[in-house]
Amino acid sequence: MKFAVVVFPGSNCDADMLHAIKDELGEEVEYVSHRTSTLTDYDGILLPGGFSYGDYLRSGAIARFSPVMKAVTEAAAAGKPVLGVCNGFQILLETNLLPGAMKQNDRLKFICQNVTLHVENSETMFTSLYEEGEQIDIPVAHMEGNYECDEATLQQLQQNNQIVFRYTEDINGSKERIAGIVNEQGNVLGMMPHPERAVDSLVGSVDGLRLFKSILLNWREKHVVTS
Amino acid sequence: MYKVKVYITLKNGVLDPQGKAVKGALHSMDFPEVEDVRIGKYMELLISESDQLEEKIDEMCDKLLANPVIEDYTYEVEEVVAQ
Repeated sequence: MKFAVVVFPGSNCDADMLHAIKDELGEEVEYVSHRTSTLTDYDGILLPGGFSYGDYLRSGAIARFSPVMKAVTEAAAAGKPVLGVCNGFQILLETNLLPGAMKQNDRLKFICQNVTLHVENSETMFTSLYEEGEQIDIPVAHMEGNYECDEATLQQLQQNNQIVFRYTEDINGSKERIAGIVNEQGNVLGMMPHPERAVDSLVGSVDGLRLFKSILLNWREKHVVTS
Repeated sequence: MYKVKVYITLKNGVLDPQGKAVKGALHSMDFPEVEDVRIGKYMELLISESDQLEEKIDEMCDKLLANPVIEDYTYEVEEVVAQ
């Protein structure tokens, strides 16, 4: 499986994302410039964390107009897995590939710590190797991770089982403690916690690795013919 | 030439953490009469003569300057002499 890690001016978790795929998952992966206009060569698209375009104006607001986002939208429409982490999640929200918006954390502080997440939906292509209701440890590092949406959107997320991860404790004011959501088709996941920073026991947790393994497993089931 | 003053605020009903903190500070400074504080953004755009100016400003606000999910915007257009 071949992954693209999209690099925007100001991305800073791109190397961690590449490391997770190349060294821990053992799959092909390349950095791709935000100026790229096609992603047809890739099977999975990863939008890493950081501060795209310095977060000038709003997180993700300017990155949304990068040429690559048209290609990301096409990849999403084609059913390819698209994962946005932290700033990548914010970009997916600004692009309307996922519903809702991010506000500043309710205590107005940058939060950088390990958090415990509750796996709400283990039937997505990103979470099939987790148990439903399992608690996993994944670090967060964000200033604007306070998820906000209107009541109609929240109802839709709940009815379609689109809430994938919740914080076990309210860390940032997010509505319903939402930490990660998928689109209705289930192939675009946005999450504030960083699974790519939890793939090696050296740094305290390997709970993020199963997310990438789930993507790979799902892709192999669809694309690799077994005799 | 036009000077466009754009005001962006969080929608009513969307909790404003920054406004809440400032309200608390004003109360602790002994201004108990402050009922609420909402913090937004102010932008000035200098725009040359243009057709359908208001439609264009709306488009700029809807697509980039404000996030319609959580923010509202208003603006004022003022004619200015080019420098």
